[in-house]
Amino acid sequence: MASIIGLTINGRKQEHLIPDAMLLVDFLRDKLGLTGTKKGCDGGECGACTVLVDGKQRLGCMTLAKSVAGKTVETIESVGPHGRLSRLQTAFHEKLGTQCGFCTPGMIMAAESLLRDNPDPDEDEIRTALSGNLCRCTGYVKIIESVQAAIAAGEVGK
Amino acid sequence: MSAEMDFELATPKDASEAVALMQANPGACYIAGGTDLVANLRRGIGAPPMLIALDGIAEMQTIAEDGTHLVIGASVTLARLMAEGLPKRFAAMSALAEVAGPGLREAATIGGNLCLDTRCIFYNQSKWWRKANGYCLKLDGDTCHVAPKGKRCHAAFSGDVAPALLVLGAEVQVVGSGGARWMPLSDLYREDGLDHLTLGAGELLVAVRIPLAAAALHSGYAKSRLRKAVDFPLAGVAVALDCKDGRIADLRVAVTGTNPRPILFDHFPDAIGQEPTGAVLDAITREIGKDITPMRTTNMPGMYRRQMAGVLVKRLITRLCAGQGAKG
Ligand SMILES: Cc1cc2nc3c(=O)[nH]c(=O)nc-3n(C[C@H](O)[C@H](O)[C@H](O)COP(=O)(O)OP(=O)(O)OC[C@H]3O[C@@H](n4cnc5c(N)ncnc54)[C@H](O)[C@@H]3O)c2cc1C
Ligand code: SF4
Ligand code: FES
Ligand code: FES
Repeated sequence: MASIIGLTINGRKQEHLIPDAMLLVDFLRDKLGLTGTKKGCDGGECGACTVLVDGKQRLGCMTLAKSVAGKTVETIESVGPHGRLSRLQTAFHEKLGTQCGFCTPGMIMAAESLLRDNPDPDEDEIRTALSGNLCRCTGYVKIIESVQAAIAAGEVGK
Repeated sequence: MSAEMDFELATPKDASEAVALMQANPGACYIAGGTDLVANLRRGIGAPPMLIALDGIAEMQTIAEDGTHLVIGASVTLARLMAEGLPKRFAAMSALAEVAGPGLREAATIGGNLCLDTRCIFYNQSKWWRKANGYCLKLDGDTCHVAPKGKRCHAAFSGDVAPALLVLGAEVQVVGSGGARWMPLSDLYREDGLDHLTLGAGELLVAVRIPLAAAALHSGYAKSRLRKAVDFPLAGVAVALDCKDGRIADLRVAVTGTNPRPILFDHFPDAIGQEPTGAVLDAITREIGKDITPMRTTNMPGMYRRQMAGVLVKRLITRLCAGQGAKG
């Protein structure tokens, strides 16, 4: 079974024919070509597939695409305004919060959802917000520093 | 992972429609947040022809007070309960923040957490892994690799929120073809890893209620896990107590992660009226130790989980009694 659902993706209202059993991560990557969202474990364990649904961090690999009907989905492709890097992306780049880069889209989306709710989190709050995201390269210290640098750079959102 | 999923997704608008759909479609399965179910389906654990989505049922999304209870719809997410400040009202509900990671808590519901499938290292594996191992009694096979001589499944119930709700005296509302009924949360479970819920065919958990009076108890939740996030409990302990002049006046303990069901202990005649001295705490853990039977279902040995359950019980009781003293 498949049916047509409406939703907003990266700021654009769209309608798509979506099979009942399709996962959000597969819909984004395979149907829409939004391959910035990664599939690491395919089991809810790593956070690489983190996207925002109605502004909150969610795992694309544990979410049925049809369950986000009528909602707003944001992926890493949406965070930089006019082709520029967002402040989180800039900070991850400058502070070495990214190495191989596989975890980075998920890290940035999780951090993005935190900063929208809480523009000035302390280190514990940052660690908690990113606690569902695994990184095999950085050892996390540089990731936390990157989020802190983005906060210091000011301007919530973009 | 990566078993292909193939099912029809039904989206009922109220609880009775959901129950009717379930009864008309043998093998169908409810899906709430999907954070337990999808992980299992992707491992080829079950292949239901139909999933019945609970997120379109408005009556299961509400949080309300009825004078004596806080009534929570089963589809309310764990993140929303945290945002509503539940852990501040009922301290044991800090268990909400111990479930999985933040992205999962945004989707995970309280009903799904209470109805979580039991877990075992021989079960929560991909289909090819389980096949190479000859499957097991819980699914597709006939031997239990944990206790091969027996014919029982020892997979552990590993939800974090159930023990907190048990010590707070929570009840659940179940809807079936015969209408709705409330029952104590402990009656939802039985000691069988294969079939740990007492729900009848098609029955749906629609709400949970916590007595408002439980807010006056001193309660808490403590969890042993490998990593501080994402991991399920190796053992999880909730305690609620009342303490008068440094003496235990009322005591309830519940343990998760060790048995096929979360277990409530509310009968400690020898501890009531006593100060929480080493000997009294030892007696309490001995009492609990009679029923908790962690088996080799996780990557940590059963003995470790058994000892950790005892350690957590003692720490929590000591901390909660001390907290009460400080409050005067
Ligand atoms: C990586 C990872 C880590 C996790 N860590 C933890 C953890 O530390 N602690 C923990 O407690 N959980 C953990 N979980 C499990 C899960 O995320 C939570 O238990 C969650 O609360 C389940 O809720 P859900 O709404 O997503 O349930 P679903 O997956 O939708 O459902 C779970 C089961 O309950 C049934 N069900 C759901 N709602 C109802 C209802 N209203 N009536 C009857 N049956 C119902 C479903 O049919 C299904 O069998 C983890 C999961 C993952 C993937
Ligand atoms: S306890 Fe035994 S029967 Fe149950 S899931 Fe584990 S191996 Fe299978
Ligand atoms: S791919 Fe979704 S959490 Fe790892
Ligand atoms: S940068 Fe390689 S996994 Fe995080």
